[in-house]
Amino acid sequence: MIKNISNLGDAALYCDFGNEVNKSINSQVIKYFKTIKEKKFEGINNLTPSYNKLIISYDLKKTNFKEVKSYVENINAEDPIDINSKKLEIPVCCHENFSMDIKRLEEILKLSREKILENFLNKEYFCYMTGFIAGMPFLGDLDENMRAQRLETPRVKVPKGSVALTEQFANIYTFESPGGWNILGNTPLDVFDSSKEDKPNLINPGDTVIFKEITLDQYKNYNE
Amino acid sequence: MSSNYLDIIRPGINTTFQDKGRDHLYHIGIPFSGAMDNRNYLIANKLVNNNLDSAVIEFAYQGPHIKYSGEKINCAITGDVIFSIKKKDNEIEGNCYQSYQIENGDEINIISTNKSVYGYLALGGELDLKFQWNSCSINTKANIGSNDGKKLDVGQRINLKKINSNKDIKKINYNNTKIENIRVMRGTNFDYFSEQGKQIFYEKEFIVSKLSDRMGMRLEGPKIENIVNTNIKSEGLIKGVIQVPADGNPIIMLSDHGTVGGYPKIGVVASVDYDRLVQMVPGSKIKFKEINLSDAETLFKLYEMETQNLLSQI
Repeated sequence: MIKNISNLGDAALYCDFGNEVNKSINSQVIKYFKTIKEKKFEGINNLTPSYNKLIISYDLKKTNFKEVKSYVENINAEDPIDINSKKLEIPVCCHENFSMDIKRLEEILKLSREKILENFLNKEYFCYMTGFIAGMPFLGDLDENMRAQRLETPRVKVPKGSVALTEQFANIYTFESPGGWNILGNTPLDVFDSSKEDKPNLINPGDTVIFKEITLDQYKNYNE
Repeated sequence: MSSNYLDIIRPGINTTFQDKGRDHLYHIGIPFSGAMDNRNYLIANKLVNNNLDSAVIEFAYQGPHIKYSGEKINCAITGDVIFSIKKKDNEIEGNCYQSYQIENGDEINIISTNKSVYGYLALGGELDLKFQWNSCSINTKANIGSNDGKKLDVGQRINLKKINSNKDIKKINYNNTKIENIRVMRGTNFDYFSEQGKQIFYEKEFIVSKLSDRMGMRLEGPKIENIVNTNIKSEGLIKGVIQVPADGNPIIMLSDHGTVGGYPKIGVVASVDYDRLVQMVPGSKIKFKEINLSDAETLFKLYEMETQNLLSQI
């Protein structure tokens, strides 16, 4: 449930569901997100669900904080909603061409390359949210012994398709962008496709993702 | 083949097509985009008898040099902009906030914005542009929108789908007012900062850094000390949010901002000051002034009434 609602500036509501990061709190956030999205309240522009917060921004020409707050407080998000979650397998190639930070991870985690891949691959990760850049999924949770901080100095360009780790999360860079996460491999899949306007994201909040390793040859032939 | 078109002789530094922007997409990571200075965008369209949500050409600092071919059409430039219009036998210095009729072979040369960042060129008609999610706004970081999501390039041709039949010449007296005090509300992590940090935020001057673009405005100045945590769990952002990363220098989120972020939020710029904020050039001084939510709402209402009033005079 929402613990507190405050204003984020004059054109957004900040709905706080708590400070912990776990599936149960995140599922609450997603439930509110989907309920409000379905109802299409006049004036609400955008909904941004994250681990444990939901930001609701609105058009100040059409509504205001008081109206949106009272609307959200009176929503019955207990209604059973079909969250329509999928389970997806994502091919990832961890060849040295792609795993730019494997040496760094070996040092920080004090694990061998083999052990790191064994810990990472073939496990179910939950998609908490998408964003930062279009379609980027924030997946968790990594095993306790797999958690590394982000790079001290972020890269100016992280290649498209990079699969990367930070703290208890994994993500996928949906297009080339700056970024500071530890890069472990690369997927040949298009995780974000702006030509599919109704469903540009392959992975959505609530989905489950499993990374399956592919060889460099399989990677090269993947889109042929 | 369209018979009315523009050829880009010089694209300018950061020239894009923009309109009202796109919404209902933050949850998949796509920001609002749209014209940075909304008031000047609306006025530009009104001056050439367009629908107010039509696409315009937005430029920053140096603008484009364009050659027009086709039937007579109106054009107008808004902002604080130095430009000229070259006709067959003469070249005139252009004035912002009035429309001009141009004809086959005429050139518009937008030399630069003056002590401001963004300017707008509207043409009386409809540009032939691709729409993505009901908007042609270009987001160059994600390559979304018209022109394959890329800024305009030299040698490009832009077709017009149609030309407005209403070719009345319009004019309005308007001056872009500049501000030094940006009004803000407390951010959701205001208490992450030391007493001294909070004081610095409201009392000291900050300078707009060169590392500012449509995504964000970086500020330099006295460091704002964080006493809780320099990272938060990533959460949603909106335009105007002021984040303070570990280095203590504030960053203000602008129209193409990343949809989530993990730095503490010290404040949020009041909507009333957004159009003027984005026009502040690198090197400008900024001072933040705290206001409460209800004042921010009232001030925005007044600002919006003023905008509507300006539009109704055109």
